[in-house]
Amino acid sequence: MTRSLSQEANTGATAPLLRAVNLTKTYAMGEETVRALDGVSLTITSGEYVAIMGPSGSGKSTMMNLIGALDVPTSGELFIDNRNIATLDSDELADLRNRQIGFVFQQFNLLARTSALQQVMLPLSYAAVPPADAEKVARARLEQLGLGDRLQHHPRQLSGGQQQRVAIARALANNPKILLADEPTGALDSKTSVEIMRLFTDLNRQGITVILVTHEAEIAAWARRRIVFRDGRVIEDAVQSPVWDAGAAVAGALP
Amino acid sequence: MSIWESFKIALNALRTNLMRAILTTLGIVIGVASVIILVSVGNGATHEVDKQINSLGTSMLVIFAGSSRVMGRSAGANTDIPLSEGDLVAVRDKVAGVSAIAGQLSDSAAVVNGSANWITQVSGIHAEYNQVRDWPVESGRELNAADIRSAGRVALIGQTVAKELFAGDSPLGAAVRIKNVPFEIVGVLSRKGQSSMGRDQDDTVLIPMTTARNRVVGKSGVQNDQVGNLYAKIDSSSDIAQAQEEIESVLRQRRRSGANAEDSFSVRNLAEMMRARTEVLSTLSYLLAATSAISLIVGGIGIMNIMLVSVTERTREIGLRMAVGGRRRDILTQFLVEAVTLCLLGGLIGSALGVVIAAAIAYAADWPVSVSPDVLIMSMTAAAATGIIFGYFPARRAALLNPIDALRSE
Repeated sequence: MTRSLSQEANTGATAPLLRAVNLTKTYAMGEETVRALDGVSLTITSGEYVAIMGPSGSGKSTMMNLIGALDVPTSGELFIDNRNIATLDSDELADLRNRQIGFVFQQFNLLARTSALQQVMLPLSYAAVPPADAEKVARARLEQLGLGDRLQHHPRQLSGGQQQRVAIARALANNPKILLADEPTGALDSKTSVEIMRLFTDLNRQGITVILVTHEAEIAAWARRRIVFRDGRVIEDAVQSPVWDAGAAVAGALP
Repeated sequence: MSIWESFKIALNALRTNLMRAILTTLGIVIGVASVIILVSVGNGATHEVDKQINSLGTSMLVIFAGSSRVMGRSAGANTDIPLSEGDLVAVRDKVAGVSAIAGQLSDSAAVVNGSANWITQVSGIHAEYNQVRDWPVESGRELNAADIRSAGRVALIGQTVAKELFAGDSPLGAAVRIKNVPFEIVGVLSRKGQSSMGRDQDDTVLIPMTTARNRVVGKSGVQNDQVGNLYAKIDSSSDIAQAQEEIESVLRQRRRSGANAEDSFSVRNLAEMMRARTEVLSTLSYLLAATSAISLIVGGIGIMNIMLVSVTERTREIGLRMAVGGRRRDILTQFLVEAVTLCLLGGLIGSALGVVIAAAIAYAADWPVSVSPDVLIMSMTAAAATGIIFGYFPARRAALLNPIDALRSE
């Protein structure tokens, strides 16, 4: 904790949940080497509500893969919950994803012909939770997200918004510290998008760290902090006043 | 994730592509079914031969007369001497292990009962014949020494002859004519079944040796003391191979054969020869089973192929599983379990099919078949092993996918 960047909003009492130090990531693309991340340093503390923005090719997806422990950096250090992911092997990375990170994807990524309950039980069974307990937890998560009457439904029998809520319930199954959402409303209409964003906001209020990766300004506007990537670097990192907090007029405009 | 959970996932995955799963596992089905059929039929045949060996009479030696032939030519002068009563006595008296001995001089003849007429094998025998052959009478009495001495016109008939000539009536005491000589039936032999050559042993009539020589076996040049073939029962405490050597040496002395001359007789241990043939038979059936096991390999390649397709189709699912915490070995296990489940499914269908077809063969061909549980266990194990061996490569490919690429695939 020697270097502590962008902690304007928080006091030093909160330990950084995520700390990137001079991160680089390069890919070999044929003859050329592409520098997807070029010396990124940032810190995210527990309980933050962050939007990572940038056009395609800006490095935001690469950053998301690293934050999600799906990939390891070429150089630099990335601490998630005080563990340097560059030093972890494949099983330890899987374990970190399983327990600390909940993924939400643009295309929901639900398993076909699998009930909502089974979908949410999946991370629990990889955590070796006994099936009976896993079912109890999964049921609770789905009920919490208003899907108590959809437990046995398959993805095909659910609307887009419901599917995304099942995916969020799955992301929350193991009580992770970070909810990492990649264009979570990209496949939804605007009304449903607002519902989903409200859900993220509620979850953040309950204490979970939410990181949105998006290129849509409207979605990013829900977060309290905005980090903008361009050409593999952070070009903007600012605290903002989220839409839902911007006063009665705006709040009243929301459905 | 436990194996049981993986198994449930595998069943679900197979159910979504049921037709494909069944077609894929057809190779395993055929492999397992044919292994079971071949081994079962082979086992049945072996049991049948064992039964025949027992019907021959245990520890029995047969002495055949006749010139031994070399390349189709008679192997020398004086090699065509039939076995005689003297030979019988010499073997009985000089060979220690012989507990009973009887000749059998056979010819084919028509047996007539009123209007019924049946051509069968008529054999002249000695009194100890039934004992030597382990072949008691079912009703009536055996032929005794007095019958032989007096050349009595008495006969024992086999079950087939009894059925053909008397059709359910009791033949005891009835008179039949063999070559116009009347005989009284004094006994009916118990059922003996087929010989190793497939001949019906119950299709026979036994009469005293003396009567046969004088009146029935009308071959030209029948010597007045010839006895056909000799059957010698060897004491269970004696070494049958040693008895065989002693018999050979006694007969050689009697015939004054030179040390290097060809024998004009042969002593055979039929049970031994049959056992050797059985071994060839069962080796053959296992060889056939092994050949059909090759279809398991072909089936395994089919499994591997479809599992590779499945891994490609489900790349995104694999990525998702990795993202929510599935480790490489979880993915490996999942696909291995799926391949093994597929093979066991084929094994189950194949076993059922094999048992049904084996039973159908048993019924239709009247061929003995025995399905042993060993074969079922063995073929299910082979099916599971096929799943592991051929499922490993696709499963490994799935496990080694990069989670990011997998998630991003379409």
